[in-house]
Amino acid sequence: MADQPTILDISAVQKFYQSSGGPVEALRGVNLTIRKGEFICLLGASGCGKSTLLRIIAGFEKATHGSVAMYGFPVDKPGPERGMVFQDYALFPWLTVRDNIGFGPKQRGIASKIVAQLTDKFMAMVGLTAFADRYPHELSGGMKQRVAIARVLTNDTDILLMDEPFGALDALTRSKLQEELVDIWRTTGLTVIFVTHSVEEAVLLADRVVVMTAGPGRIDCEIEIDLPRPRDVASPEFNTLRRDVTRKLTSHLARSGPAMATADS
Amino acid sequence: MTLQSAVDDLPEAKVVVSRAPLPVVRGRTARRLRAIGLALIVPVCLLLFWDAMVRWTGTRLVPSPWGVAVMMWDFAFGGIYDDAYSASLPIHFWKSVQRVYGGFLCAAALGIPLGLMIGRIPLLRALLDPTLSLLRPIPVTAWLPLSMIFFGLGPRSAVFLVFLGAFYPILLNTVFGVKSVDVRLFEAAEMLGCSGSKLFRAVVLPAALPSIFNGLRLGASFAWILIVVGEMTGVPEGLGAVIMDGRTLSRTDLVITGMIIIGVTGYVSDRILLALSHYFLRWSPQHG
Repeated sequence: MADQPTILDISAVQKFYQSSGGPVEALRGVNLTIRKGEFICLLGASGCGKSTLLRIIAGFEKATHGSVAMYGFPVDKPGPERGMVFQDYALFPWLTVRDNIGFGPKQRGIASKIVAQLTDKFMAMVGLTAFADRYPHELSGGMKQRVAIARVLTNDTDILLMDEPFGALDALTRSKLQEELVDIWRTTGLTVIFVTHSVEEAVLLADRVVVMTAGPGRIDCEIEIDLPRPRDVASPEFNTLRRDVTRKLTSHLARSGPAMATADS
Repeated sequence: MTLQSAVDDLPEAKVVVSRAPLPVVRGRTARRLRAIGLALIVPVCLLLFWDAMVRWTGTRLVPSPWGVAVMMWDFAFGGIYDDAYSASLPIHFWKSVQRVYGGFLCAAALGIPLGLMIGRIPLLRALLDPTLSLLRPIPVTAWLPLSMIFFGLGPRSAVFLVFLGAFYPILLNTVFGVKSVDVRLFEAAEMLGCSGSKLFRAVVLPAALPSIFNGLRLGASFAWILIVVGEMTGVPEGLGAVIMDGRTLSRTDLVITGMIIIGVTGYVSDRILLALSHYFLRWSPQHG
């Protein structure tokens, strides 16, 4: 992995939000370099800015200071090379599964014959061929998220951005989708940036876990996960790593706890 | 494990595939008949009450339901009274339908695109919203004198009034529909490479469609309400004109006939719009 070129370079990113009580600092001094083909998990408690960072990478929001560059080109707006999978799916309810999956290439003016071929290919990859003519409201949460993933894959994305994509799913469906996602990642060679607050999910999926902390949001540490795949959640190695990552996460919570208490009083 | 088999294993998938069994279909027919039966009770009672009141008071100002039925037959097919109104229904009906839909289609053709743009472009909203809000509370009937000056005595004036009446509900519902589109859908479209003006066709219009159809239905019903006012402006033919003539001639049977025909036509036209909306919104769990 180390010999792969850098795909995304995040340097000194700072983000302020305007709120009624004045500006709020959501991110401070975030530096991160991601290599092509890496599976990165941004891990942290709510309020640590991990989703904000993902939205800046996606181009939905702009960093107040600092820069994000993809292959050396600055990122300033959303684009098909950075495909996003949202927690709440954000499928187009008026389009069938097939048309949702083919939306990107169709909008970019690709010939309908090629759109159909691409759609069929990725619809099969996520196992939804039998549901091609269904509308999103006729699908379960897990199937909706499969459509959302296929929609981004069909669009020939380079980086797959996922914002707690499996957070709303039941445990059984979640673990199936995690397994499928790893399969897809390995067959396509995509770069994945995956936001989660679950230590287990991060250790299960990632090559590298980026632990973030709140107030203001920043990167605490990065942990390489070099467990062989497929990973076994019940193995002692897995649990050792999970304990390490959990300790990193909670040690910071313990440190920030009293500090916040004094700030309150 | 392949991806396909992963899906097949899911219990959730099977629930969705199963189709409604036959008894449900039979139940649907029964429910339909029941609905029709329930809907008929009040009109039939009203007719009986009307008949009883005419007999009891012995009034000569209001005809009995039977008298109106005879008038309706003569109006439609002639052969009973053989006066100026015998067998004239088709021409009056056709004129009114043309004006109602003329005004309504103009209102839709202007209201929907304008609403899409006002809802999406803040500059246009800042520019137009105050003026439109000022003009909106003015009753359409208040425009009657001006409309007669602008368009003269005649059908064009009627079409203008219908247009005015249908325009606001269509415009406002379209604006509302656009404003309430989930921001996520715009983000999703943009990250898939659809941006700028392409968003109108690909996201704004379909997402606002349920609201637009509400506006169209409201607009169409206003159009039928306003046709009577519109046809007071000195047009010789049309259902509104017939009602006004009936008033001046003290032909109450003619007035009631016109009222019933407008009511039924308005109802049928709303059903057609409803069927269209069911077709275009079949993706929506609230409609389809």
